[in-house]
Amino acid sequence: MAKIIVVTSGKGGVGKTTSAAAIATGLALRGKKTAVIDFDVGLRNLDLIMGCERRVVYDLVNVIQGEAGLNQALIRDKRVDNLHILPASQTRDKDALTQEGVEKVLDTLGKDFDFIICDSPAGIERGAQLAMYYADEAIVVTNPEVSSVRDSDRILGLLASKTRRAERGDDAIREHLLITRYNPSRVDLGDMLNLDDIREILAIDLLGLIPESEAVLRASNQGVPVTHDDSSDAGQAYADTVARLLGEEVPLRFHEYQKKGLLSRMFGGARR
Amino acid sequence: MKLLDFLKRERKKSASVAKERLQIIVAHQRTQRGQPDYMPLLEKELLEVIRRYVQIDDDAVNITLDSEDNCSVLELNVTLPRA
Repeated sequence: MAKIIVVTSGKGGVGKTTSAAAIATGLALRGKKTAVIDFDVGLRNLDLIMGCERRVVYDLVNVIQGEAGLNQALIRDKRVDNLHILPASQTRDKDALTQEGVEKVLDTLGKDFDFIICDSPAGIERGAQLAMYYADEAIVVTNPEVSSVRDSDRILGLLASKTRRAERGDDAIREHLLITRYNPSRVDLGDMLNLDDIREILAIDLLGLIPESEAVLRASNQGVPVTHDDSSDAGQAYADTVARLLGEEVPLRFHEYQKKGLLSRMFGGARR
Repeated sequence: MKLLDFLKRERKKSASVAKERLQIIVAHQRTQRGQPDYMPLLEKELLEVIRRYVQIDDDAVNITLDSEDNCSVLELNVTLPRA
């Protein structure tokens, strides 16, 4: 039975899709059979980040409405075995997703896969609630910024009440904090919330910390999830995050400000 | 001297302001967790009714809903100004 993980945040633009793509890729690179599903009906973007936008034929809504089989809609990743993408549709019909339909898709996928990553749309409306409803674990993506932290807290409230586990009274969803776009030099200057402040306010376990990195835009430009860029800070930080998701103990990196010495100023130091 | 004052002035770091503001708003959000969706509107309307008779501040009304075994208790606390 697959483990279902929702990547969510409330606020838009914090890095949900980037993180869903990077984590799904990382899990597949570690040999786990992984499917990543775009729940953002109407504003599909996971396909672009994964670099498979020209291979989309059928989508999640087609499958739910019985117009295509799940195997027809699943796109096999070109770079990693074991990784499949289920794109969202571009329909504007917000009610195209049904709870029963989503359950059926997840049940069917669950028989074949180790992990199902649900990339949630922003907001707290139907799409976001469906993305989280059947989850076993949640990755709450948060930027070190007031509106993102506040929205993450709202999402934690929904995870604790509006999910199948909550409604059935099963074990609660495991909630993980993933801090993205962290800029240690601004934290050092006192102009950015630090790691411990965010952790203290939200009071959930830290799964990973992704530094603000030029590699992320480079990766999305090319449609290659940043995990593949294993010489970059963000790529390594996502690999660490995946290792922790698999239960390994990995020390935190990239959270401390390194004052540049003369040599690294001259020769560039580690690549960003 | 102006310049010296300016240089000596301790600027409060913006991150610590952010933290304080978040702690307050998140604590407030958490008290509202799990309560019915109509509560904010109920609170607003109760405030309006009371204001027809007495002028009170927004934070003078405090309502909470507690669930006990087989019933829920709506508790309403209004602080009235000294007459």
